[in-house]
Amino acid sequence: MADDRTLAEMLRAQGITRRGFLKFCATTASMMALSPAMVPKIAAALENARRPSVIWLSFQECTGCTESLTRSHSPTIEKLIFDVISLDHHHTLMAASGEAVDEALNEAMEENFGKYILIVDGSIPVGNPAYSTVSGISNLDMLKHAAEGAAAIVSVGTCAAYGGLPYASPNPTGAASVEDIIKDKPIINVPGCPPIPVVITGVLAQFLTFGKIPELDSLGRPMAFYGQNIHDRCYRRPFYERGQFAETFDDEGAKKGWCLFKLGCKGPITYNACATTKWNEGTSWPVESGHGCLGCSQPNFWDMGGFYRALSMPTVDLANKAGIGLAAGAAIGVAAGALNRGKKAKAVREHETVTVDDLEKGA
Amino acid sequence: MSKATLERGLNALREQIDTPIALFFSSCTHCGMCATACLFYTETENPAYTPINKVEPLRRLWEQEYTLVGRIKKALGMSKPITDAELEEWKEYAYNACSLCGRCTMVCPVGNDITYMIRKMREGMAASGHTPEGLVGASTRAVKIGSPMGVKLPALQAQARHVEKDTGIEIPFDVEGAEYMLLMSSMEIMNYPEYLEAVSKIFNAAGKSWTISSEAFEATNSGIQIGSSDIARELVSRVVNAAEKLKVKTVISPECGHAYTAIRWEGPNLIGRPFPFHVKHILEVLDEFREQGLLKTEGFEDARMTFHDPCQLVRRGGVVQQPRNLLNMVATDFVEMKDHGIMNWCCGAGGGVSANEDAEELKMKAFNRKKHQLEELNVDTLVTACANCRIQIEEGLEENEIDMPVVGLTEMLAEHLVEDKKTGVSDND
Amino acid sequence: MNEVDFLLWVRGPGLAIASIIFVLGMTVKMFEIFMLGRKKNLAELRGSGIKEGFRTIITRSGHVDTYSTRNTRFTHIAGWVFHIGLFTAIFLLAPHIEVFKSIVGFAWPALPTPIIDFATVIAMITMLAMLFHRITNPVLKYLSTGQDFVVWALTFLPLLTGYMAYHHLFFSYTLVLGLHILSVCLLLVFFPFTKLTHAVTLFFARWYNGMMAGEKGVQQ
Repeated sequence: MADDRTLAEMLRAQGITRRGFLKFCATTASMMALSPAMVPKIAAALENARRPSVIWLSFQECTGCTESLTRSHSPTIEKLIFDVISLDHHHTLMAASGEAVDEALNEAMEENFGKYILIVDGSIPVGNPAYSTVSGISNLDMLKHAAEGAAAIVSVGTCAAYGGLPYASPNPTGAASVEDIIKDKPIINVPGCPPIPVVITGVLAQFLTFGKIPELDSLGRPMAFYGQNIHDRCYRRPFYERGQFAETFDDEGAKKGWCLFKLGCKGPITYNACATTKWNEGTSWPVESGHGCLGCSQPNFWDMGGFYRALSMPTVDLANKAGIGLAAGAAIGVAAGALNRGKKAKAVREHETVTVDDLEKGA
Repeated sequence: MSKATLERGLNALREQIDTPIALFFSSCTHCGMCATACLFYTETENPAYTPINKVEPLRRLWEQEYTLVGRIKKALGMSKPITDAELEEWKEYAYNACSLCGRCTMVCPVGNDITYMIRKMREGMAASGHTPEGLVGASTRAVKIGSPMGVKLPALQAQARHVEKDTGIEIPFDVEGAEYMLLMSSMEIMNYPEYLEAVSKIFNAAGKSWTISSEAFEATNSGIQIGSSDIARELVSRVVNAAEKLKVKTVISPECGHAYTAIRWEGPNLIGRPFPFHVKHILEVLDEFREQGLLKTEGFEDARMTFHDPCQLVRRGGVVQQPRNLLNMVATDFVEMKDHGIMNWCCGAGGGVSANEDAEELKMKAFNRKKHQLEELNVDTLVTACANCRIQIEEGLEENEIDMPVVGLTEMLAEHLVEDKKTGVSDND
Repeated sequence: MNEVDFLLWVRGPGLAIASIIFVLGMTVKMFEIFMLGRKKNLAELRGSGIKEGFRTIITRSGHVDTYSTRNTRFTHIAGWVFHIGLFTAIFLLAPHIEVFKSIVGFAWPALPTPIIDFATVIAMITMLAMLFHRITNPVLKYLSTGQDFVVWALTFLPLLTGYMAYHHLFFSYTLVLGLHILSVCLLLVFFPFTKLTHAVTLFFARWYNGMMAGEKGVQQ
C-alpha cells in the first residue's frame, strides 16, 4: 500500500493545519532536547519525507506494544505519523487478510530492498522455533529473511529488545532478542513493557529528521529517551534522601507519597522517560500511582529478584545460607579444634623436662 | 640428658598455645599502641622493641600449626619456618628489651595480654637454647647451689646472727608450726640486711610467730625469669616442700618483684595443685597487721617522697593499695607519680634484665623513663618494695648524678615502729 | 556479561557464596580458638575475675594509657572516628537495614541519607589518614605486612563504592551498585582469614585480659 504523497501533502489532506504540524515538530524537538532552531529543520524533513516503507513483524508478544502505539489514545498526530510512514505490513492489524498479507509483505520487501525500516515486537523462540510461527514460517526464519533488506531494525518493547517475558527464567521456549540473532544491521532498542507511545514516535521522527541512527547507550537505546535514570528524575526523590519510605502499600508513608524503594522500586537502575514524559499524555506513571517502578525497560527485569523486593536486597535467602555456613563450619570447626587439641596433647606428651644443663645449645 | 634443640623449642611453644593466645593473635590489628606503653621502646625508639613484635615467632607457630588455613599454607610450602637464627635474633627482644612489666597488656585496644604471650614465648626460647648467658648462669646457680647469686645457707646465717646482735631478737630457723615462713631474695641477703632486721622487729612487736627454712629460703625464681616452667617448678617445689614440712599457714614473699609472681600466682599451677598454705607479700602481711592494730608507728618522715610501684607486685600482682596505706602511716608529704599505681613505669631491670649482662646498656637507657617521672615530681626520697628495683634505681640515679635516697618500705616502717617498752630495746641501741 | 547481569549475580550467587564462606570461616575459627581451652588457675585467686572481664570489654575502648604521644592520640581518635563512621554507614542506612531485616527478621530506624553520606566521607578521610600514618610511622612501618594493606583496601572499597553509588559518580548506577555489593562480598570472603576477625575476637580477648587481671585483684 505504498503512498507516494509527502507528509505535508498528506497532512493537508487530513485537515491538519501548518500551525498544528509545527506545534508537533516543536514538541518533538523539545522531547529530544534539541534547540528551537531545529524545529524548521524537523518540519522540513518531515514535510519532504518520502514516507519510508516500514515493515512491522510481531513475534512472541502480547500485542501490548502495538496497543500502546497504534491504538491512539491521543487523537491524531501519532496516528498520522503512522499513516505517513508507509506501514506496508503489520501482522496484527492485517490479520484478517490471509494469504494476501504474505504476498504484500514479500512485495514490499523486494520493492524497497535495503531501504525499509523493520520494526519488531515480541521475542523469537530459538530453542524450538515451532513455538511461534506465522503462516507456517518460524519467527526465526522470518526475522532473518526480513532483516536482509532492512536499512535499520527497531526492536520495540522489551521482548524484542532483550527477550522480555518469554526470556524470563526458565525460558521454556528458548526466547532470544533481535540483537541476539541479527548481528549485521543497525538495531535501535526501544524497550519498555510497553514503551511510552511518544518515545517510539519520537525515535522514528529523530530517524527521519537526521537520516541516521540516534545516539545509543550501551544497551542500544536512544539516549534522548533512555539516557536518564528514573531515580534521578523521580519527584519522590527528596523522600529517599530523607529516609522516608512507604513500608506497605496502604500505610501512612504510602498515603503521603513517600519513596517506594522498600516496596521494590527499581528506579535507581532503570533508564526510561517515564518520570518526565509520563503516560497517557502526561497523566501519570507507576510511581505517581503509588507502585514502584518495575524496571521494565531493563533487560531481565522479570528476574531481578522480585518486583516487591528492594533493590539493595539480596535475591537469595541469606539467613538460609548463613545456616549452611554455620552447620558446615561447626563440622569443620570441631574437626579443626580436635586437631588442635591433639597437637597440643602430643606436644605435652613429648615434653622433655628442661634442666639447667639443657640450657646450653646442643651441637 | 639431651641438649636444647630447635625441635624442643618448637614443641615447648606448641604446648603454650591456649584459647587466650589464639584470641590475642586473632585480634592484633598492628595498631602500634603497645610500643608507646613500653619503656624499652620509648627510651630507644627502636621499633623492633614493640611488644607484639617480641612474640612474632610464637605467632607464626600458632598460625602454621593451630589454624586450618595456616596448616594448608604450610602443607603447600607457603609458610616461613621458624629457625634457630630467628630465635637467636629474638633473644634480644624477648629478654634484653622486656622486663615482663605488663604495661603493654594494660593498653592494648583489643585486649591482648602481651606479657602473658612473652612469658610463654620464653618457654620456647629456653627449650631451644636461646637464652642470655647471664640468665643461664643464674638459673644454674639457683638450681645447683640454691641461689642465683650463689648465696649459701652459711651466708644467710651470718647475716641473721648480725641482725640478732643488733636487735636482741632471735631469728627463728626451722620452727615447725610457725604461722609465717619468710622467704628472702639473694639481693636482700647480700645488699639489704636492713630488711631482715625490719621484719624481725615488726613481727616481734606484733607478737606473730614466724620462721625461715634452712632448706628453702630463696625467693628469687630464675626459672620464671628465663621462662622455663620446668626449672621454675624445681625451685618452687623446694619452697612448697619446706612450707609443708614446717606446717606454716602463710609463706611470705619478700620485697622482690617476680618472686611474688613465681610463688603466689605461678606456683600452684607449676606443681599442679593448690597450696595448702597462703602466700602473701610482706606488704600484704604488714597491711593486715595495720588493720588488726598490730603495727603501731610513731613519728613521721618529713621528706617529700614518692613510691615506685614494682610491676610484679602492683600491676601484675594486685598489691596496689597496701603500700599506700602503709606509707601514709609515716609520711606527711607523699605524692604520687603522674603515672602511678597499676600504670606506673617499670624500673627497667625486672623479668631477668638485671641478671642479663647483654642488657646492661639498654637497662640504663630504659631507666630514663623513671628519671623523667622523677623530674616531673621534685621529691626528696623514693620509696619502693623490691630489692631489684632498688638496685636498678640507685644505679640509675648515680649514673645520672641525681642525689636521692631510695628506701625500702618495710625498712622505713620498722624505723618508726613503736617498741615494746618491756623489752627495753629500741632503735637507738 | 552486561552490567545488569553482573548486578544480578552479585546480589544472588555472589552474596550467597560470600555469606557461606564468611559464616563457615568464622565458625571454624571460633572452634579452633575455644576448643583449645585454658588451664584452670590453681592459685589462690582474689576473685573470679568475671566482673573485671566484662568491665574491660567496655573500658578498653577508652583512652587507657596514662602516658600518650601525638601518635597514640591520633591512633585512638582515628580509630574511634573511623569505626563510628563505618558502623553508621553499615547499620543506619535504610537500604542496608532492609538487608539485615531479611536475615534476622527485624529492622530498626534509619538515619537520613545525607547524614550517612557525611559519615562515609569522614570515615574515608580518616582511613586515608590512617594509611598515611601506617606508611610513615616507624613502629607501624616495622609491624605492617601486606595483609594490613589488603585489609585496608577491602574496608575502603565498600565505603568508596557506596559513596559513588549514592552520588552516581563516574559509572552507571547499575555498575556502581554491582561493584559496591561485590566489594562487600570480597570483604566477607576475606574476613575470617585476616585480622578483621578482631571485630569478633576482641570482645573475648578483652574479657580474658580483664579476667586474668581480676583474678589477681587488679581492676583498671
